[in-house]
Amino acid sequence: MEQFTGKVWLLGDDIDTDIIIPTEYLALKTVKDMAPYGFSPLRPELAAQIKPGDIIVAGKNFGCGSSREQAPEVIKALGVRAVIARSYARIFFRNAINNGLLLIENDTLCKDVKEGDEITVNVGESIEYNGQTYPISALPDNLLDILEAGGLVKAMQKLNGIIK
Amino acid sequence: MGMTIAEKIIARAAGVTAVKAGEIHTVTLDYLMSNDGTTHLTIDMYNKLRNPRIADKEKLVWIVDHNVPCDSPKTAASQKKMRDFARDNGITFYEGEGVCHQIMCEKHVVPGQLIFGADSHTCAYGALGAFGTGVGCTDYLYGMVTGGSWVMVPETLRFNLTGKLADRVTARDLILTIIGMIGANGANYHAMEFVGDGMKNLNMSDRISICNLCVEAGAKTALMEVDDITLAYLEEHGGRKPAACFKSDDDAVFEKTFDIDLSSIVPVVAKPHFVDNLAPVDDVKGVKINEAFLGSCNNGRIEDLRLGASIIKGHKVADKVRFLVVPASQEVYRQALREGLLDIFMEAGAMIMNPNCSVCWGSCQGVIGAGEVLISTGTRNFKGRAGDKNSFVYLGSAATVAASAIAGEIVSPYTY
Repeated sequence: MEQFTGKVWLLGDDIDTDIIIPTEYLALKTVKDMAPYGFSPLRPELAAQIKPGDIIVAGKNFGCGSSREQAPEVIKALGVRAVIARSYARIFFRNAINNGLLLIENDTLCKDVKEGDEITVNVGESIEYNGQTYPISALPDNLLDILEAGGLVKAMQKLNGIIK
Repeated sequence: MGMTIAEKIIARAAGVTAVKAGEIHTVTLDYLMSNDGTTHLTIDMYNKLRNPRIADKEKLVWIVDHNVPCDSPKTAASQKKMRDFARDNGITFYEGEGVCHQIMCEKHVVPGQLIFGADSHTCAYGALGAFGTGVGCTDYLYGMVTGGSWVMVPETLRFNLTGKLADRVTARDLILTIIGMIGANGANYHAMEFVGDGMKNLNMSDRISICNLCVEAGAKTALMEVDDITLAYLEEHGGRKPAACFKSDDDAVFEKTFDIDLSSIVPVVAKPHFVDNLAPVDDVKGVKINEAFLGSCNNGRIEDLRLGASIIKGHKVADKVRFLVVPASQEVYRQALREGLLDIFMEAGAMIMNPNCSVCWGSCQGVIGAGEVLISTGTRNFKGRAGDKNSFVYLGSAATVAASAIAGEIVSPYTY
């Protein structure tokens, strides 16, 4: 079972995709070019502060609004290992899985955790923080396959024997 | 056990007799719509596949509507990629014809279909009894190459509508009120189904406005039954025939039912920076505005323009306020021209733009600056949506927008 530990960045409720990557940056050539502007309307300094392996913890309805797939792509490009939120908007959820970004649902962690603290995730089982254990559920099998392959296109290429 | 409309449409698309909420099914899609927001990304991914093939090009509809006319060399390049690919592969392509969802309703969608759109407001097609849902460019690519996808069958929230909307109260006020009531994720992953005696008092434009905005409550889709109003609209628009007409069974299971008396709805606005941040218009009277926008897939139809024109006729747009009026399609534009509505708007000092997403998209027309306030019939008012990150967007009906454009501040639609 997979396990990883990361530093927490804490966000609130209803973080929409116009905040995650504003429209004006969608014309930039690559997701790598867009990443420095992630979350800029809300926290302009955050994108530069996030380091690979960090974890975003948020409230309800994370990723609501526009269907722009660049939103989970930017989060992944910043090196975020996983997002843990109370709930997700459904288009964002599909887009994240399709791009191999791990999304975890937990109702109470966001109320307890402090930004900058470290948490440990046992994928499909639990989160450990400050001596407490928070249960989490596993994704349905078909989505787990997509995630583990690194995204939908890779999962299909694996299925078709194009990649190992 | 009986099935809801959502379950019946998925069952049809999955080629099975029955489905239940919570199940995951493989489905064949009837249409796959994509616009200039992300099609160039889909094309890039497609070209990286080994031996890529389009499963059924007849199902693809590509529409340039977000940055029209093109606003920058970068956008010109991405649109050219989309245009060239469509032409080379015989894909139905529209450019400058209008906003994607308006085109789909005017020309393509029929009842009973299951449709993916690479745009969140695809839920609009529920007005025509079709299950439309928004996806990203990767899901779109998968559908393009295989002709299908996987869907989880949603639970349904039912809205039983009775009565009739009062004078100058619109379907926009109704759906904003509902979103304010259940919250920005109150319908998360659900289908929102609208039924009841009140439906006969809602025309197709009202129905599109209602269904279109449901994603702002987190809904997977919005659905309505097919009735004479639906059939008349389809007949007028190309003589289209339904694929299937579904009603929820009497013993279908709904997670919750809400009873809403249309006559109780009042004019409302969504305040910055959330669509569920509702207030009666009277509570925000006096907020000074810099720009007003009447248009978008939500309220850019002839009925919205008629309402706006009837209010602004004989008045002028307030000093230092920009009022942009943007018909949602060429069909609407030409009808507004014939009815003399565009003349009324221009006489008042409004700017009429070509059919496109315009101010709502916040990228190429009527972009607002730091500290500015916009009152808009667009779909969203998230922070920075319409321009500068330190700007403010209020959402309201065509009537509220027109009245506020005259006053130079937010006012009740009954003011003029």
